[in-house]
Amino acid sequence: MENDERHAVHLVTNGMKHIRVLMFGWEFPPHNSGGLGTACYGLAKSLTRANVAITFVLPKKLDGLDHDFLKIVFANIRNIKFRSIKTLVHPYITADIYDEYLRTAPEHELYGLNLFDEVRRYGLQARIIASEEHFDVIHAHDWLSFRAGIEAKNVSGKPLIVHVHATEFDRTGGHPNQYIYDEERRGLHAADCIIAVSQYTKNVIVEHYGIEESKIMVVHNGIDPSEHRRALPLALSHVRAEGKKIVLFVGRLTIQKGADYFIKVAKRVLEFDPNVLFVISGAGDMEHQIIRLAADIGLGDKVLFAGFVRGEELMKLYRAADLYVMPSVSEPFGLTALEALSNGTPILVSKQSGVSEVLTHVLKSDFWDVDDMADKILNVVGSRGLHDTLGELGSKDVEHVTWESAAGKCTQIYQNLLST
Amino acid sequence: MASICFYFQVHQPYRIKKYRVFDVGNDHEYFNDRSDRDINNEKILHKVAKKCYLPTNKLLLELLNTHPEFKVAFSFSGVFLDQLEEFSPETLESFQKLVKTGRVEILDETYYHSLAFLYSKKEFVRQVELHRAKVKKLFGVTPQVFRDTELIYNNELAKFIEDMGYKAILAEGADHLLGWRSPNFLYNAPNVTTIKTLLKNYKLSDDIAFRFSSRSWAEWPLTSEKFARWVDGVNGNGNVVNLFMDYETFGEHQWEDTGIFDFMRALPGELLKHPDNDFVTPSEAAKRYPSVGEFDAHNFISWADVERDLSAWLSNSMQYEAIGNIYALEDDVMASGDAKLIEDWSRLQTSDHFYYMCTKWFADGDVHKYFNPYDTPYEAFIAYNNVLHDLRLRIEAAKKKKPAVKKVAVAKKKSTTAKNAKTVKKVVVKKLPAKTKKH
Repeated sequence: MENDERHAVHLVTNGMKHIRVLMFGWEFPPHNSGGLGTACYGLAKSLTRANVAITFVLPKKLDGLDHDFLKIVFANIRNIKFRSIKTLVHPYITADIYDEYLRTAPEHELYGLNLFDEVRRYGLQARIIASEEHFDVIHAHDWLSFRAGIEAKNVSGKPLIVHVHATEFDRTGGHPNQYIYDEERRGLHAADCIIAVSQYTKNVIVEHYGIEESKIMVVHNGIDPSEHRRALPLALSHVRAEGKKIVLFVGRLTIQKGADYFIKVAKRVLEFDPNVLFVISGAGDMEHQIIRLAADIGLGDKVLFAGFVRGEELMKLYRAADLYVMPSVSEPFGLTALEALSNGTPILVSKQSGVSEVLTHVLKSDFWDVDDMADKILNVVGSRGLHDTLGELGSKDVEHVTWESAAGKCTQIYQNLLST
Repeated sequence: MASICFYFQVHQPYRIKKYRVFDVGNDHEYFNDRSDRDINNEKILHKVAKKCYLPTNKLLLELLNTHPEFKVAFSFSGVFLDQLEEFSPETLESFQKLVKTGRVEILDETYYHSLAFLYSKKEFVRQVELHRAKVKKLFGVTPQVFRDTELIYNNELAKFIEDMGYKAILAEGADHLLGWRSPNFLYNAPNVTTIKTLLKNYKLSDDIAFRFSSRSWAEWPLTSEKFARWVDGVNGNGNVVNLFMDYETFGEHQWEDTGIFDFMRALPGELLKHPDNDFVTPSEAAKRYPSVGEFDAHNFISWADVERDLSAWLSNSMQYEAIGNIYALEDDVMASGDAKLIEDWSRLQTSDHFYYMCTKWFADGDVHKYFNPYDTPYEAFIAYNNVLHDLRLRIEAAKKKKPAVKKVAVAKKKSTTAKNAKTVKKVVVKKLPAKTKKH
């Protein structure tokens, strides 16, 4: 009996070693503009620790900078080979912004003429890469890489997994661009298996893309808490010294992230407690609109725009905050919520988020329920007991949400695909 | 001889409605939810009355009529009795009918099912006095035995209760204090002279209260014959088997379709088949059986959760903050002389409010979640915390009113203060009539 078990374990370990994955993504830290790059990095790192060999294909090549970037990643992650092809595509692009970018980008960076061309070119490149590389499974992250994944599958005949970190419905607040929607739909239908970052996202895929539930596996994102355990000074010490409470928003300033709701909530909170400062970190297409909104309703000096912040600066900001608020209109996962918790900061997240599925000791509201959010914020800034309980138990909660667990589920999915 | 001592706890709190920060200063009604949620007190009371109180009372009356030996004891929280008067007089009548048989004993507890003993002895005494008066008024009897909220107990409480004139006090038969000893005897706290401690036989009690319908339990299904055999086993090595449980066990925690009523209907008959078995009430047990040794509880114990301690109500900083805040208002609230304010403040002391804020969800999670009408402990805290803000505003308003009165009639104010002081003194000194008669 004991021998049998040992034998089985040995086989599994051996099997895992032999899985080679051709992975298509489009951003990787530190060249990421959002959670997608962080997620690809965290997942890939844990997969390689589980002895999965990954060839990570990136669509963009940034002259000069990417050399540094590659070095850093190679230093930290074994078993990953980087391939990169030249493109303008980045994960959060919309057709309008792409046109703007084409008009203003330096001549030598321009390859394609529009988004269609970029995606098609990435697909063509994928064919060549797929015929050169040796792999067992194809794993493509989000819509821009779906075509590349399909092309690689066509060339190699290997199974395709598409990993959905966000859909066009999330990004646009329910008003999808038809071209992007079609690309997503094509990838989802071509895939042998779909990974969704939450049950919330799985539901969106079933409802809006006509996919049967059994084809979609939920693999929640994770976090490496040790990266957030360093001793760091808090940001905004002068504000804290005045005895002010800080409520923080971190995210792209887009319709998806609900920054406008954050401003509305701020107004409601300040009616009851003027001693609160609202800090917004992030950039995006709604930036000017949000700044104007804050000024228009008279919150000019109560809302601080910190710009796009990353790394240690972001950690200091999380720690300075009494509460982190994520009022997303539609959030497939919401990694920043895990980051805030790992820094010991209590969080209030919208119920329309994937992260709310995996956390217990957090506050949850509907994104549109401004009064409910205000009620919760006022209580956290007004009660040490509530603040401390949420901070303490929330940071323990997040310890169970790991990339190891996500990688384990992905490995299982690879094995299942390969054994059928 | 094995005497069986049944005691049923009957309690319903006044749950706080969804009370938001915007309600502070505008809405002074905290307990009047009218929604379909489980914080609608009237709805809950009707539901439990229908499923448990009325059918179980009917069954007990039937058993009392069939078996002249059968006896039970109840402890009703004052807030439960208030709700019966407010929402379901017919249920109150059915309890009164039981007590009239003369074989149903009533125990005393804190009126508001509170943790007052831990925070204010003065408030504790006030609540016990209120409870005793309420029981006297509704049932015409004066309890001789005390049990604190959720069987909270320690040596100090035993002594305090002895000084208030009670003959016996109930506690959990906690293994870590009993060691090899059996809960089926009476004990005494090391620091008392006469009061006896009755210990819950938690194994046999929980076989009925918790495990009865559990199909994963090796003893399922539990029949009255089988249970009576286990009790018979105590003969020769115990005096009394204390079966203490929530009354809601019958029909509410264990639904009718589990067979709990049929089990209970047959149980007295089965128990009485053994010639050495009989039934006693807690005060009879205290009268009949001697204490066999010391039960030494330095730290508080209770019957809650696997820990059998106070952690269900007091383990996270929210709970400590909330309970600290409510007792910090005691002097101001009492000084206000405002009956409605005092009542609301008192109802906010009910232990359930702090139980709802409990976050130790991992070991006992299911039980807490089952008994929590709020979605999360945080929601429970926020409603409570907002209500406290409103209560403070009312206290401030009451304070502002007072000086105006003072200016108009200084003499009147003086006499009020004297009267208040007298009341407090009287409350502390007053003993049970039984105590003075004793010896």
